[in-house]
Amino acid sequence: MATLAAEKPAAAALPPEAVVVRFAGDSGDGMQLTGGQFTLSTALAGNDLATFPDFPAEIRAPQGTLFGVSAFQINFGSTEIDTAGDAPDVLVAMNPAALKVNLAALKPGGLIIADTGEFSKRNLEKAKYETNPIEDGSLAQWAVLAFDISALTMEAVKPFGLGNKEALRCKNMWTLGLALWMFDRDREPIVEWLRSKFAKTPELADANIAALNAGHAYGETAELSGPLKKVHLDPVPSAAGVYRTITGAESVSLGLVAGAQLAGLPMFFGGYPITPASAILHHLARLKEFGVTTFQAEDEIAAICAAIGASYAGSLGVTSSSGPGIALKGEAMGLAIMTELPLVIVNSQRGGPSTGLPTKTEQSDLYQAIYGRNGDASLPVIAARSPGDAFECAIEACRIATQYMTPVILLTDGYITNAAEPWKVPDPASYDRFPVQFLEEKNDGDRVLPYKRNEKGARPWIKPGTPELMHRIGGIEKHENTGNIDYSPSNHQAMTDARKAKIDGVARDVPPQEVALGETTGKLAVVGWGSTFGAIHQAVRRARKKGLSVSHVHVRHVWPLPANLGELLRGFDQILVPEMNTGQFKTVLRDQLLVDAKPYNKTSGQPFTIAELEKAIDAFFDDIPDNEGGEAPADEGQLPTPESGHDDGTLPDAPFHGDDAALPGEGSDTKAVNQ
Amino acid sequence: MNDMTPIQTTLKDWETDQEVRWCPGCGDYAILKAVQRTLPQIGADPKNTVFVSGIGCSSRFPYYVESYGFHTIHGRAPAFATGIKLANPELDVWLVTGDGDGLSIGGNHLMHVLRRNLDVQIMLFNNEIYGLTKGQYSPTSRVGTRTPSTPIGSVDRPANPCAFALGSGARFVARGFDVSKNLPDVLKAAHAHRGAAFIEIFQNCIVYNKDVFNDFAAPKGAEDRQLWLANGEPMVFAGGTKGIALDTEKLTLKVVDVVDGDWQAAGVIVHDVTNRSIAHMLVELPFGEFPMALGVLYDDPRPTFESVVAAERQQAASGKDTDLAKLLSRGQTWTVEEKEGHPA
Repeated sequence: MATLAAEKPAAAALPPEAVVVRFAGDSGDGMQLTGGQFTLSTALAGNDLATFPDFPAEIRAPQGTLFGVSAFQINFGSTEIDTAGDAPDVLVAMNPAALKVNLAALKPGGLIIADTGEFSKRNLEKAKYETNPIEDGSLAQWAVLAFDISALTMEAVKPFGLGNKEALRCKNMWTLGLALWMFDRDREPIVEWLRSKFAKTPELADANIAALNAGHAYGETAELSGPLKKVHLDPVPSAAGVYRTITGAESVSLGLVAGAQLAGLPMFFGGYPITPASAILHHLARLKEFGVTTFQAEDEIAAICAAIGASYAGSLGVTSSSGPGIALKGEAMGLAIMTELPLVIVNSQRGGPSTGLPTKTEQSDLYQAIYGRNGDASLPVIAARSPGDAFECAIEACRIATQYMTPVILLTDGYITNAAEPWKVPDPASYDRFPVQFLEEKNDGDRVLPYKRNEKGARPWIKPGTPELMHRIGGIEKHENTGNIDYSPSNHQAMTDARKAKIDGVARDVPPQEVALGETTGKLAVVGWGSTFGAIHQAVRRARKKGLSVSHVHVRHVWPLPANLGELLRGFDQILVPEMNTGQFKTVLRDQLLVDAKPYNKTSGQPFTIAELEKAIDAFFDDIPDNEGGEAPADEGQLPTPESGHDDGTLPDAPFHGDDAALPGEGSDTKAVNQ
Repeated sequence: MNDMTPIQTTLKDWETDQEVRWCPGCGDYAILKAVQRTLPQIGADPKNTVFVSGIGCSSRFPYYVESYGFHTIHGRAPAFATGIKLANPELDVWLVTGDGDGLSIGGNHLMHVLRRNLDVQIMLFNNEIYGLTKGQYSPTSRVGTRTPSTPIGSVDRPANPCAFALGSGARFVARGFDVSKNLPDVLKAAHAHRGAAFIEIFQNCIVYNKDVFNDFAAPKGAEDRQLWLANGEPMVFAGGTKGIALDTEKLTLKVVDVVDGDWQAAGVIVHDVTNRSIAHMLVELPFGEFPMALGVLYDDPRPTFESVVAAERQQAASGKDTDLAKLLSRGQTWTVEEKEGHPA
């Protein structure tokens, strides 16, 4: 049944400590779901892991086409994992298009598992293959395991009397079963999950479980030894505690709930559907018992305006979006700055200007966050580095917003929002509370002064409904104490200065900048922010193993910058700033600190690989073999192939796990991996 | 509006210490006085009253009312009000907007606040012009309006605010004009209505669009062209000499003569504020051929947005665990034991 297209021994030599597997298929094949469940079982096995879901913008792209390919990559192992991994060791290709789009990334000698049932003439044509790559020898540098997964699945689910189409939808579970066997993962959590997912249609649960078991059994009983070897990875040693997997969207949502509780406030969330930020709205909509009100507004502008209205009335207003939606919210942010009301704005950054790359990741909204408003309209900006870190950042955003009476932007990105990682569940009681004190009585003799500032420069928060404190606020420049309209030159100067001083002062109230890895002085500081943390961290670790004098500095508070950052960076001879944009943080660092920060940029919609960052670091040192100096180019192998380019999403709002309808009997339920 | 113990205030209690900055003679002054006269009559409490506005001449309104006030951004007042009411449904919220603010840049928000039926009073000051930006034509300007941006006359057809409101799903639609003695009664009715209450107030911009409503809203002499509607009363006007009847063949309204006060004989219909079909006809009556329909055109409440949101939230939350620690560890978890480095 199986054909070994290439006899390559290298595939069996999977790295002992970490493995990268990429599941790729049609966007209707259920690859995000397969990946999500594999992630869960991997986490339960005690491996550290990181994932990278990569799906097209179209909800249901035409079947079998190159632009309809959906992929889910997971890097897991017995060492600490910080990124979704560079080149995959194993590629599961459910059709020719999935093979074509993802092949370039596969490690030389890596393993391809392909479903021959889908390598029909028609599908080969759709993938623009002239001949069948499984048969024409073009895959010689890889090991190939090709068998008819479709037929094997049909066979396995035969007893359950499903229609052809529904039966075939179980093949992602068959594939998952095989993968679980390959890496010695427990099937039980998946079985439990299938039972609860299909509680109302037990026959579908049974069919999926049968497919899962059949895939597992196939691995176990396959007579060929070839590349299909069972790999066991030991659990990674980690700090004691209770763990779960978490995506960035979940983590931001939970962090906001925690932040509102620490402030002692009900939370109001105004949102408007947009990829990839909608997941936050979905999570919060289910948390009403925690004092959360969610409001799906008529547009992005109304979403933020309603949140500001709620803050005005004494709730913690929160809104969330992605680049284009954030652009629409700009004017309202200015009003929140002018009226000095707390507000948290979450931007799950995606790629490109305009609609750009709705489902891809980038860090190109930094200028927008820091500078993107009319007038001198400064606000604090915090960036999360990973799904788990987004929890801490969300709490921090709530703290600064309420303590300083200001809108705060929390930057995540498509990668953080969708990716999952194991998360040590924190104890909410271990966080310092920051209860809000509303003004209850007049604060200046028999007058109320809505703009009388405290030692932080913050004005009092006065809820409508409070007796005797009636006052008017608005977007027009106002008198520095009374808040009455005041256009006078000296007053505008004073208010501009006061607003700036307040935000600048936040720098004194954030932890001093530390070094994430390495010494506090040396030859090279690699400075990062946001989701590049993992790749930079690993690249710096590898460079340090080679004996290079490199440190990793990761900045969470990207505006205002931590007070000691300049001093810290001046302790290094060189500063390298890798970013998934054209060099925005580099410019901020140069401007704010007058340091010679050098850029290393990538805007392919894909995260950095460790390898390309390692090369970029090497370029700063003379004693590296093959190093001719200068800046290293991005690793071409990791850039998307021309075939994989997704065009503009006329349906730009593909939800996370948007293709999980591949399970029979299910619509596009956007249930998260670990719920 | 909502349930609050009426408190005793006077017109003076609702005046702020701010210098009113509208042009002398502006219709806004009259509307401000009408509102300040109405608030004591309805027992409004300054501490629970919030005026929310967008941008434009009318939107300066909150600065002049001694209550809580929020002067927001252009066109978005309905969205701010939505957040305010969802956060605190006890507040009595008045929206102040204009024809440009509410129907041009903010048309989308106006539509949705009406459809959702947020419990607020929405006063749209219609002067058929952009005043604050010095006189450009607005979405309610009549065809041919000459302004700096339309030097040879505007060409696009105007929007009809009340028809827009009704079409958006409003459950209360009323009309008044700045200097009308009846305006406080219209405002009172709007306040008594639970849900979004839309009031179009014709307002004379004496600088850029002077006296465009004089045919029916002149301080004197236009009474015969006003059809003041009252629930349960016949639709008569011009001192009771004319009335509105249904043309049963064309399925439209028509003007009929009423002889000796016998409106029944003339077939004049009785105003039923809950009749949505008639309301659609009333908001569309072409002025000239017909008088201007004023007063409460339509009033048929439905549950308010904030009440259904609160009810849903309460229902969804009932019986649920609110322990944050449990929420954080929801789903499948595993435990790493001290020192062993292996999962349990």
